[in-house]
Amino acid sequence: MSYALPPYAAALGITIEPAEADAPVLWFDYSDRVSGRPGFLHGGAMSGLMEMAAIAALQTELDRRGETMRLKPVNVAVEFMRGGTQQRTFASGTVTRAGRRVALVNASCWQDDPAKPIALAQLKVLLSPAE
Amino acid sequence: MTRADTPFNLQDLPADFVFDPARASKMMTRHGHGGWLGIAYHDHGSDWVELALPWRDELVGVAETGVLASGPIISLMDNATSMSVWTLARRFIPQATLDLRVDYMRAAQPGMTIVGHGECYKLTRSIAFIRGTAHDGDPDDPIAHVTGTFMATHGTYL
Repeated sequence: MSYALPPYAAALGITIEPAEADAPVLWFDYSDRVSGRPGFLHGGAMSGLMEMAAIAALQTELDRRGETMRLKPVNVAVEFMRGGTQQRTFASGTVTRAGRRVALVNASCWQDDPAKPIALAQLKVLLSPAE
Repeated sequence: MTRADTPFNLQDLPADFVFDPARASKMMTRHGHGGWLGIAYHDHGSDWVELALPWRDELVGVAETGVLASGPIISLMDNATSMSVWTLARRFIPQATLDLRVDYMRAAQPGMTIVGHGECYKLTRSIAFIRGTAHDGDPDDPIAHVTGTFMATHGTYL
């Protein structure tokens, strides 16, 4: 895998569970650093985790194809569906479409059950060949 | 739903309490995610709130360039826009962020403080509609635009 976690991800305590073929799962444990209102996860922390998971999924797909690209996020849309509680939080991305110029990546965030996401994100990324 | 961002119990306030973003920020930015990010009060009007996010090594998303990660910018805008709702409503109403969309105009310049301007442009009984921009020095050259909705979780906005 050709990506390393940036300082922001390291500071939040984000860990990558590498997966052979599929997109990796990223997670962090609950702490004051990621809390919003008392006892609950901050939406921005969920969003940050999902964005990292989306980029990791895209990088995994580009690596699989043997392509080296520069990634430039265009936008992200996040839907919050459940409150995040004081436990480990996971996120993983799915590359819906990666063409030559643009990639669309979906990510979901869950705690107990991947089938019951607490938030979803859709990230659009501009791709350009790396010099 | 992220029950937005209030690390203290505002429900216990007196009935004639008018929400003051400058005072609330002092309490809200002491703890939790906003406190860790270093988010601070900047300015406000009748329907808008500005919060500041100083650049810091730990918040960098691209190690080679020093560009801030987008997670902190989403958090900044979530906080600024949620406070703009209470500012327009003139009181604290428990709410959850339903959705947030961020368009990135360009990367933030390393070392610069980000100012997040959040505005509530419409309140209905249950839903607050918000928009905002983030800039790194020049409000006319924003780094991001945001739009989104909040929902009143206990009680109504109107």
